[in-house]
Amino acid sequence: MIQISCPFCGKRDHSEFSYGGDGQINYPSLDAAQETWHDAVFLRENIYGRQIETWQHLYGCRSWLLVERDTRTHEIFSVKLAHADWQKMMAENR
Amino acid sequence: MTATRLPRQSSLDKQDETISFFWNNKKLNARKGDSISAALLANKYQIIGRSFKYHRARGVTSAGVEEAGALVTTGKGAYTEPNVRASTTELSEGLFVYSQNAWPSVRFDIGSILNLFGRFFAAGFYYKTFMGKTFTGKTLRDKTFRGIPPLEWGRGTGIWMFFEKFIRKAAGLGTASRQADPDSYEHLHTHTDILVIGSGPAGIQSAIQAAQTGKEVLLVEQDYAIGGTYLSWPDKSEFKTQISKLNKQNITILTRTTAFGLYDDTTIGLVEIICPEERAQKPLKPRQRFHICRAESVILATGALERNYAFVNNDLPGIMTVSSARTYLNRYQLLVGSNIMISTNNDSAYEAGLELEQAGATVTILESREQIGELLLQQISGRRINLYLGSAVAKANHGVFSPCVKQIVIAQKTSDGWRQSGSLSCDCLLISAGWSPVIHLASHQGCPIEWNKENACFISSGDDKSIFFAGSAAGIWQFEDCIQSATQVARKTKKAQKQSSIIGGWHTDIEPLYEICVPAIKGKAFIDPQHDVTASDVRLAHQEGFISVEHLKRYTTLGMATDQGKMGNIIGLALMADALNRPISDVGVTRFRPPYTSISLGALAGAHRQSHFKPIRRTPFHNWSLANNGVMIDAGLWHRPWYYPKQGENLQDAYIREATITRRSLGICDVSSLGKIMIQGPDSTIFLNRIYTNPFAKLAVGKARYGIILREDGMVFDDGTTWRLSENSYLMTTTTNHAAAVMARLEELLQTRWPELRVHVTSITDQWAGCAIAGPNSRNLLSEIVDDPSEISNETLPFMGVKQVLLQTIPCYIARISFSGERAFEVYIPSDYSHAIMQFIWNKAQKFESCLYGLEALGTMRIEKGHVTGAEIDGRVTIEDIGLGKMASQNKDFVGSALRNREMLTSPNRPQLVGIFPKDKHKKFSAGALLNEAGKTKGHPLGWITAVTHSPALGHWIALGFIEGGLTAVEDKHIVLSDELRSNFLDVEIVSPHMYDPEGTRLHG
Repeated sequence: MIQISCPFCGKRDHSEFSYGGDGQINYPSLDAAQETWHDAVFLRENIYGRQIETWQHLYGCRSWLLVERDTRTHEIFSVKLAHADWQKMMAENR
Repeated sequence: MTATRLPRQSSLDKQDETISFFWNNKKLNARKGDSISAALLANKYQIIGRSFKYHRARGVTSAGVEEAGALVTTGKGAYTEPNVRASTTELSEGLFVYSQNAWPSVRFDIGSILNLFGRFFAAGFYYKTFMGKTFTGKTLRDKTFRGIPPLEWGRGTGIWMFFEKFIRKAAGLGTASRQADPDSYEHLHTHTDILVIGSGPAGIQSAIQAAQTGKEVLLVEQDYAIGGTYLSWPDKSEFKTQISKLNKQNITILTRTTAFGLYDDTTIGLVEIICPEERAQKPLKPRQRFHICRAESVILATGALERNYAFVNNDLPGIMTVSSARTYLNRYQLLVGSNIMISTNNDSAYEAGLELEQAGATVTILESREQIGELLLQQISGRRINLYLGSAVAKANHGVFSPCVKQIVIAQKTSDGWRQSGSLSCDCLLISAGWSPVIHLASHQGCPIEWNKENACFISSGDDKSIFFAGSAAGIWQFEDCIQSATQVARKTKKAQKQSSIIGGWHTDIEPLYEICVPAIKGKAFIDPQHDVTASDVRLAHQEGFISVEHLKRYTTLGMATDQGKMGNIIGLALMADALNRPISDVGVTRFRPPYTSISLGALAGAHRQSHFKPIRRTPFHNWSLANNGVMIDAGLWHRPWYYPKQGENLQDAYIREATITRRSLGICDVSSLGKIMIQGPDSTIFLNRIYTNPFAKLAVGKARYGIILREDGMVFDDGTTWRLSENSYLMTTTTNHAAAVMARLEELLQTRWPELRVHVTSITDQWAGCAIAGPNSRNLLSEIVDDPSEISNETLPFMGVKQVLLQTIPCYIARISFSGERAFEVYIPSDYSHAIMQFIWNKAQKFESCLYGLEALGTMRIEKGHVTGAEIDGRVTIEDIGLGKMASQNKDFVGSALRNREMLTSPNRPQLVGIFPKDKHKKFSAGALLNEAGKTKGHPLGWITAVTHSPALGHWIALGFIEGGLTAVEDKHIVLSDELRSNFLDVEIVSPHMYDPEGTRLHG
């Protein structure tokens, strides 16, 4: 029953969110080679410790988030908006 | 053992109220405030139940949650609750209480004959008897090897199937009601700064101290009375002072509330039982509340549980823990016996001994240590207390006509172990073999647990961040030290580690005592009386190689009964450690799992039952459809019209009629559940062109296009039509099933992948009602209903045209698209107007031969046309597999375009969409059937059926399905359909999936 602090909505129960996936994948452009796409879609680190992952605040503001979480303890270290420009706007308006 | 009710000590206590209850349907009286155990003891009932496996008589063994013997069933009929701990359940007026697992009665139980065969039912009995290979080496499932029991004894699962019902009847505890639970339950989200669990001395003190620092405090107590250990003490003055301090603070107190689990982020599961008296007055109150409690930190003032040890017949009624006798004496004014034997290995038992003697009993203490402190010796001198040093119990004997303890055989410590030395009579035997701090909740969260050798117990010191221990839960035995630890924890004046200086606190160290085993004495020595696990079962497990604690637990079922081994687990670990010749700290402990005590499933379900189990989505036409005789079907969360039966019609009659009339003239169908997503912004066209496999860059305003979305791995994700409403805005429709997933996917792409695109997506599924108007008369109906009929001619609204029109002055959208294969239109109406406009449309439709059609007829017509839905797009198909390969553009890149070209995804041998006709046109078959080449029906099939319907247009049963290589690969093959489950086998003809009007002439007219 972890809680995630959504940058827009505040601290909310994780049941409002849905897990996306690995947040550190650099997805290639659509015209990239099959091999490159293969690696981006199928290869995943099995991290023991801190990892950055994407979550969506599905039953809230529907933002996609980058969440830094410890896979062993579920401790959450940071939550940012995945959309870089929105994140910047949030920071400026603080 | 015969308990005696004593008069109240203090005149200050309020007058005792008498209440009545029923024990096995016999009416008895008790005092208000009694637990079931106290009430039964006061009424001289000692045998409360029969044991799980051996049907041995069991009585009250404790006064708390560790109860292993006194399990009862309460309530009648649908209100039946089995396996209730009599020791912790408050007696209420008129409560029905029943004994368990006994027939014909708990005193004379036929099943106890099993006790005589006990040596056959040792750990692993069922596995050894019913599993494994037969003696001839044949495997379990060999059908040729079936005999008549008992000749087949020991031959695997076949025999298990036969004996299971008898075994299940004989073994076990209470029986649940087969009726639905008539009570209601509630879920609550509770928030607090500090949650204190347990209201004994340490709990009350830490709650007061925490509240004084200005924190919001919630204090929960599993018992129906606040006070914990205080309730078991004769002197109540300290307690009263603390309670008055507690009441002055802003502290929420919940009694009858168990903290059953500790979860991530200091989330605590609490189950609160509503006071039965309160419910008697307000019957609409829920029976229990499940609190999902969030706290900044949690203080575990959960106390410690007293242990017994293993000796022969240690489960006889009349044997209980020392502290429980003290509780019965001081809380319930019940003296549990007149000739009381106490067996102990630590200092804690002496206070109870003195109080029991004071109350009038003769007390004998068997002390396993050879020396005790001067102070204790002074305290007992001059009292009617006999002390035997270096002694313990080797065996308990019951009376000739009673299964209750009557006599004990003493074991005397010698230089080389324990030796039998005489016997003593008694009417009650009290045991204290040490204390186990209640560390369960910290263990739930994985806090480290250490074996404390000096105090012979496992202790935990929490996580030093948000989980803290106070009092005896931290292994602190002295009252003053407990209060000090509670103060420290609540004020956080010192770090938790500092507590280690006050852990323990007895004058003379405890001497570990887990089992007394005297060679000449045979019999069952229980370590887990609830599951009838004996000391010899542990040694058997060791002998057979189950030496890890996890294996020990599963092989013997030690600690897996309703008490979860609160008393016995440590004995089991100690005996295993002994067998392995290693210290207990090496053997370790299995991690505790929630719930701490059993909780009702009703509380977890809360209000989410029956129609509230999941939310229902109703389309804007829902009530209108019901009023027009629509029968609904679940489609995900949606309730969609399934069919609209006329008088006397069943499903098949109705859908055949609906499909027939639609193809012949006119049909109207609710399609509101399709996902509708508004896509707006200057980059919308670029966005759509990247998502869809087919080109969208040149879609004209006022036109719709069917599109397919792939996943990144190249498989088909979803399909639907997208309408260009203006230069920069589109309306995308999705399938009903994938609407939410497509929406989330679009948001993901826009927010994480392509943040530079100026596009906004909005779900408008609920804002627009949609209906399909299909059939040769569809345009004729439309010209009756639109305000300006010239807008919907074949020229102004050609196939795949979209436009906004006025219906009764309300702006609606009309798109000329067809799922049925007929000339058809989809009309989207603002939800608020849907009911009135639908009624208007339906009134006008009466001019024509017309019908309403549901999901079943919709399915029929789409199967006839070979249109795919979720049955075909099941996540495992490529765009070529469903025959739409030409929709994948070669001139652009789109999501999934790179990986869809992987070798195995482009193989021509992949199963491809086909239509299926039975050779004999009268034959019927079902979805899920397999397709094979004749004569090759074993092994991996060539294909399978995804959807079946009776086609009114073709006059026989037809199907869609997949077959390896598609139509061309099987054209000259003899294909058979096999449905092993329904024993249906027939010859089929594989045809093009476009089984009806393949040229599409009907929809272009």
